Amino acid sequence: MSAYKAHFRVWRGDVDGGDLKDFHVEVNEGEVVLDIVHRLQATQAPDLAVRWNCKAGKCGSCSAEINGRPRLLCMTRMSVFGRDETVTITPLRAFPVVRDLVTDVSFNYAKAREVPSFVPPADLKPGEYRMRQEDVGRSQEFRKCIECFLCQDTCHVVRDFEQNKEAFAGPRFLMRVAELDMHPLDAAADAGIDRKRGAQEDHGLGYCNITKCCTEVCPEQIKITDNALIPLKERAVDRKYDPLVWLGNKIRRREG
Amino acid sequence: MTQVERQAWDVVVVGAGGAGLRAAIEAREQGMRCAVICKSLFGKAHTVMAEGGIAASMGNVNEGDNWQVHFRDTMRGGKFLNHWRMAELHAQEAPDRVWELETWGALFDRTPDGRISQRNFGGHEYPRLAHVGDRTGLELIRTLQQKIVSLQQEDKAETGDYEARLKVFQECTVTRILKDGDRVCGVFGYERESGRFFAIDAPAVVLATGGIGKSFKVTSNSWEYTGDGHALALLAGAPLINMEFVQFHPTGMVWPPSVKGILVTESVRGDGGVLRNSEGKRFMFDYIPDVFKEKYAQSEDEGDRWYEDPDHNRRPPELLPRDEVARAINAEVKAGRGSPHGGVFLDVSTRMPAEVIKRRLPSMHHQFKELADVDITAEPMEVGPTCHYVMGGVDVDPDTAAATGVPGLFAAGEVAGGMHGSNRLGGNSLSDLLVFGRRAGLYAAKYAQDSARSGRPAVPDEVQLDLAAAEALRPFSAEGGEAHGSAGPAENPYTLHQELQQAMNDLVGIIRKAGEMEEALHRLAGLRTRARRAGVEGHRQFNPGWHLAIDLRNMLLASECVARAALERTESRGGHTRDDCPQMDREWRRVNLVCRLSDPSGGLAAPDAGHGQIRLERREMPPIRPDLLGLFEKDELVKYLTDEELTQ
Repeated sequence: MSAYKAHFRVWRGDVDGGDLKDFHVEVNEGEVVLDIVHRLQATQAPDLAVRWNCKAGKCGSCSAEINGRPRLLCMTRMSVFGRDETVTITPLRAFPVVRDLVTDVSFNYAKAREVPSFVPPADLKPGEYRMRQEDVGRSQEFRKCIECFLCQDTCHVVRDFEQNKEAFAGPRFLMRVAELDMHPLDAAADAGIDRKRGAQEDHGLGYCNITKCCTEVCPEQIKITDNALIPLKERAVDRKYDPLVWLGNKIRRREG
Repeated sequence: MTQVERQAWDVVVVGAGGAGLRAAIEAREQGMRCAVICKSLFGKAHTVMAEGGIAASMGNVNEGDNWQVHFRDTMRGGKFLNHWRMAELHAQEAPDRVWELETWGALFDRTPDGRISQRNFGGHEYPRLAHVGDRTGLELIRTLQQKIVSLQQEDKAETGDYEARLKVFQECTVTRILKDGDRVCGVFGYERESGRFFAIDAPAVVLATGGIGKSFKVTSNSWEYTGDGHALALLAGAPLINMEFVQFHPTGMVWPPSVKGILVTESVRGDGGVLRNSEGKRFMFDYIPDVFKEKYAQSEDEGDRWYEDPDHNRRPPELLPRDEVARAINAEVKAGRGSPHGGVFLDVSTRMPAEVIKRRLPSMHHQFKELADVDITAEPMEVGPTCHYVMGGVDVDPDTAAATGVPGLFAAGEVAGGMHGSNRLGGNSLSDLLVFGRRAGLYAAKYAQDSARSGRPAVPDEVQLDLAAAEALRPFSAEGGEAHGSAGPAENPYTLHQELQQAMNDLVGIIRKAGEMEEALHRLAGLRTRARRAGVEGHRQFNPGWHLAIDLRNMLLASECVARAALERTESRGGHTRDDCPQMDREWRRVNLVCRLSDPSGGLAAPDAGHGQIRLERREMPPIRPDLLGLFEKDELVKYLTDEELTQ
């Protein structure tokens, strides 16, 4: 494949507004969209703002929307577009713009803090943890998450309804709750933390109506909906309507 | 006077990778208020790219393992140039640091009996690397990140403020360490997002900024690796050691061009992958050096048997330390036996079933499929050396991580020197981050406590802040070059960076020669003069051109250290190979090359930028403690130590 000139449209602006700017830029064999953004910086727009780090799909920094679809700039090869196709890059829509392709993702860090942390079992010292591979595998899938926040960006609960942000943690952090809930040695219950109830009552699990948009954009191919959110919903529902649990709660409350 | 936002903390940690976060956790747990400053978002540090694992002699897979064996392997890997005390502490404390991660929620891959699984790696005698598939660095960074959140939750419960005692200032760059006389008194920097300046006054500063790889063209390192901590230390008056030793990882991607340098984990070889040249030959058998002759298989059959029966066979030479493998690949390509795109072949497809490859090496499978259209379960990869790690760094006290000569300054992780000697073993980086990150945090906290009793340093004076601000703002007025005494047109920082990378790659790369390194120093001088005129457009809000213009100062300082020290060391050892001095010389083993700033006043840049900024001196290494020497056979020691040292 020989080099060619591609037509790019890149959103440039800041919190006060902005628009798409046209660029004609060289593309070489094997390149990804981030390479082209870097070429724009080096040759045409030195102050074009973009986040990136590893350029290998491992850190989740270079999230943006390419032709309207949330993607990692470093893992989107130019060969997926036709040579005549215009490639349009815009910042993540669900978060406020800082400048150009950089958005304010602090929403995600705020939500991360609201999930109660792993609770180590009181009776095990460091080095005494024993877990079977089959049992850690489920949570390990969710720990593949690179926190690119593409799922948070695409989830229509927050993408289309800004007002839901307060009550809804988003797929990434509901998955974090599921991960901890499935951790074989998490002792949250001993500390009085009910992760299932928390998912429902504190993190807005009920808002999710399992359209699987999050799973579709996940660059790590984590089955967020099927393996994290649906099982968490099932467990939360069991918890909520299980008559024994209900009775137990009543009794305990009475005692207290 | 410039507008500078000011805050006060007890301990400032610069960098939020494994070492920085571990230091911050420790400082906070010691009761100090700790601020972490990082260039990227929280959780994106370069540590996420570590793949293979954390070396710790837990002995879960082979009971023969213990800290003494790990210590021996580490010293051999570093060709005995390691600071023995650091290697000792590292080997002793690594298991505790790994187990501790489990109590913070880490989920490592397991052995059949439920313990942490450990894998083979180059230079390690036993399976030693705790891992999670080939994404161990991500697990490490996420676990530390989540531990920090957990501490913040405790602080919220107690004080109502998540950030009362531990705060992460993300997307901020530190450009200067501030001083009160000899002592550290804080840091100066800017917020990347807004371009606003800030100063934090603090008695203790921990540097945990990682490496310098972005000075080289072909590298596995991210944009953050611009030698910031190395430069900050030099500018603050602290020396660097071992800067001539740069590790070229043997296996980086070589094709397509845009991904050249991206890491291919050593686990591929640890799990059974083999290297072949264009003739299909497993060439590593031809490259076993004398010092390792007895420890590696002499035939393919023996090497293959080792995976199943390590007690009665020797390991295959694909698992030699990284410097040996990188040189061998380089030599094969040079001899015309390379792959179509200038590397060699790394093959797992004929060694393991496809499902095993996908389970054990998922991100490699994904990376090659997505970026190179190569299915590693069906065909070999093409790989070649890539600049990966700098062994050199801030000269520190082995026990406390305190930087030499600058009270209040500490350094841990890749930015610190000494631990790995002339070559780091794979897996020893993540353990280094944890062991010395914790120590740096601990001793920085103690230092801050002491200084709270004996009197904190004065708050940074306005003069220092104004100078630092003027230095950072210079790229915006670069057009008026003559006013700054450096006539000429404004320079494009991206162009300067590319020229620097090309020069270092070509002239101070994996194989070195005196003439080329002299040429490199000459080019660095030219680049330094031009970098004074690096100019940028636009404003201060999230402006990557401006950020790069500022980072150039650091890359140029670190590059000069590498080139000067490499020219001075007239032998080949570990990550320093000279075509004109191919032998390892026992006399040189005792020598550390120490780099200092020529103008110790820390002037913003020598007025005559053409002049070198780095002064070199030789320093003798402390003798290795006898009981540690006793862990080796005499036959082996004679290869490294001088007769005089052996008879002492």
